[in-house]
Amino acid sequence: MRLPHEQDIMIDFSRNYFELFGLPQRFESDSASLENAYRRLQTEVHPDRFASAGEQEKRLALQSSARVNEAYRALKDPVSRAQYLLSLHGIDALSETDTQLPMDFLERQLERREAAAQAVSANDSSALAAILGDVRREASDLVSEVARAIDERQSFTDARMPVRELKFMAKLANDLDAMQSSLDD
Amino acid sequence: MAALFQISEPGEAPVPHGHRRAIGIDLGTTNSLVATVRNGYAVVLPDDQGRPLVPSIVHYGENRVEVGFDAMARQTEDPQNTIVSVKRLMGRGLADLADARRFPYRFQEAPGIVRIATRTGVKTPVEISAEILRALRDRAETSLGGPIDGAVVTVPAYFDDAQRQATKDAAKIAGLPVLRLLNEPTAAAVAYGLDNAAEGTYAVYDLGGGTFDISILKLSRGVFEVLATNGDSALGGDDFDHRIFCWALEQARLPPPSPADARRLLIEAREAKEKLTGHETARLAALLSDGSNVDLDLSSGVFTSITQTLVAKTLQPMRRALRDAQLTPADIKGVVLVGGATRMPQIRRAVAEFFDQPPLTNLNPDEVVALGAAIQANKLAGNRERDDDWLLLDVIPLSLGLETMGGITEKIIPRNSTIPIARAQEFTTFKDGQTAMVIHVVQGERERVSDCRSLARFELRGIPPMTAGAARIRVSFDVDADGLLSVGAREQTTGVEATIAVKPSYGLRDDEIARMLQESFAHAADDMLARALAETQVEADRIIAATESALQVDGDLLSSEERSRIDEAIAVVKAMRNGTDHQALRASVEALNHTTGEFAARRMDRSVRGALAGKRVDALT
Repeated sequence: MRLPHEQDIMIDFSRNYFELFGLPQRFESDSASLENAYRRLQTEVHPDRFASAGEQEKRLALQSSARVNEAYRALKDPVSRAQYLLSLHGIDALSETDTQLPMDFLERQLERREAAAQAVSANDSSALAAILGDVRREASDLVSEVARAIDERQSFTDARMPVRELKFMAKLANDLDAMQSSLDD
Repeated sequence: MAALFQISEPGEAPVPHGHRRAIGIDLGTTNSLVATVRNGYAVVLPDDQGRPLVPSIVHYGENRVEVGFDAMARQTEDPQNTIVSVKRLMGRGLADLADARRFPYRFQEAPGIVRIATRTGVKTPVEISAEILRALRDRAETSLGGPIDGAVVTVPAYFDDAQRQATKDAAKIAGLPVLRLLNEPTAAAVAYGLDNAAEGTYAVYDLGGGTFDISILKLSRGVFEVLATNGDSALGGDDFDHRIFCWALEQARLPPPSPADARRLLIEAREAKEKLTGHETARLAALLSDGSNVDLDLSSGVFTSITQTLVAKTLQPMRRALRDAQLTPADIKGVVLVGGATRMPQIRRAVAEFFDQPPLTNLNPDEVVALGAAIQANKLAGNRERDDDWLLLDVIPLSLGLETMGGITEKIIPRNSTIPIARAQEFTTFKDGQTAMVIHVVQGERERVSDCRSLARFELRGIPPMTAGAARIRVSFDVDADGLLSVGAREQTTGVEATIAVKPSYGLRDDEIARMLQESFAHAADDMLARALAETQVEADRIIAATESALQVDGDLLSSEERSRIDEAIAVVKAMRNGTDHQALRASVEALNHTTGEFAARRMDRSVRGALAGKRVDALT
């Protein structure tokens, strides 16, 4: 029989998400390696592997698998990945008390929202698609800016503003996408 | 663990060698099936007349309960005591049933879970489903020559937490050891994917008797990853029957029919629907109780047009699932059709048009879910097979959240999150000196709590009085691999553990399940209790041995107070070990497990430190 102290240590909860997946701690990442590492790890710790194990092992598998899912979710999406990287350096990029964004940025997005609302009321799907395209382009520029700040200059404080803008743009893109699909429905 | 561990007590060895009896059950709205893996192949287990399907119908007769074809034969003569499509009622309250008047049953006016008055007393959908599951269990035990070691029971992917919990409770009452609840489209994807060595992104369109699911899965090197799921847990083949039924009433200018006549017409409607799959017209003929005759011809064109809105209702979930997966129809390599209702030509046309490709129809849409469930059960039970090196990663279908000020939903876990998942969020008090807080757990996508499904209400009591906003209440959501949620709440600043009262909004309380279990023991009079006791004894011996040996090795990690708590818990298990009350024994084992939780965590830390000492991080991955 196997005693608890001989059990496999499924995952080490003290390691950060990058360490967990054995990936370099940087913003720009290769989504294929992340996905492969995620799948490999889940294959090892998923509760399905421990369906006939003891209660203790089952619980550990559940916690480990949930942790791996959480880590994957955090690293997969650029906004949460940036946010997580900054948090490893003690910076809360999206803190609720510090929500400042540049005026011209906000004005530009407000105009876009108005244009999108007009496109919806005019039932103009292609106009909406054009706005969404613009938003995605601007978001992708922001991703490059975050990458330069974090990966090239290691300046985590410089990354705060573009991360915040990126978060805003991601939300906007998501809302526009929802409008688009309600037009299509 | 059990496989690696054997207690050498004569006659009590838990499955000493060889195969474990593992089954997959598709508990359907209209029909149910049970399957197993035999000699490496998944097969459906038929009855003694060779029929694979069990109609999901339960008849409460004068002296006995009948299930399946026998119950089916009763439905027109005794509609109020013959329950069909009970799956539509699972995890539901009477107020949820917009179509309650469609059912001929005598519903009880009571809050919470639906209850139906029958000849043999008031029944919940959970108990009625348990009858079906028990019939399937009996069939499997006869076929496999002994008690079932583990079962995977399928549920619609779009089932919410209350519906899943109800299904698991039903299996428990039926005496089935549930290894996992598995989503129906995922089960189908497993059966299809393994059979065809499929790689790529697939859609599973599953239209059953009463539920609709669409799941998008990525199949890659043995991993079945659900990217998104959507659906309608109150849409299925039944609704197509009902449209024909309404059409027939209108055409024949009939007044609202009696329950028995309604059943007669619905049976005709179903037969007409099935006939229209291969024919251009179908005839509906029924002699009603007042002596009048219904005799109508339904063409496939009319059928298509009166069911157009139902077909359209499946398109929106498809678009949403694709959007959540960030894909377009062109990204889908193949569309697997599941559920008997997908035989309807108008469904096949709509799916083909949407995905711009003919759907895959080279498998039996009635059986594929049960077969996939059997394959999963076989693997979870620990039976080794060729090419069983695969893994399922499934998601929750609907967001989980809490009610916040103003009746607004705060989402804690978004829909399509891969399970298992754990999330926590902090809340605070809004009044000075507030000592209690109501935590209302909801599921759904809407902003307003009243538009979401209420899952449970928690009362967190014993918060130390503080100024408003000073308390930090951490609410944690844990969704396990069955997609079932458990919620905990705790006040952080003082470390005071507060008590929680759970009131499931649409579930059965534990004491109700215990009562139903007891009734089912009396009613079935089988050897389950003895088996449960034997199994629990083995588990008890295992945990005593493991704990005692752990204490020997790492006892120094404990304070004397902690040590004596563990010793006490061991003593209780030992005392219960030789009794006959398996529930008391189980409780004592769980108590010991609970008591040693912190100890286990410390030992884990110690062994992690040991393993890490002197090694570089990347050497451990």
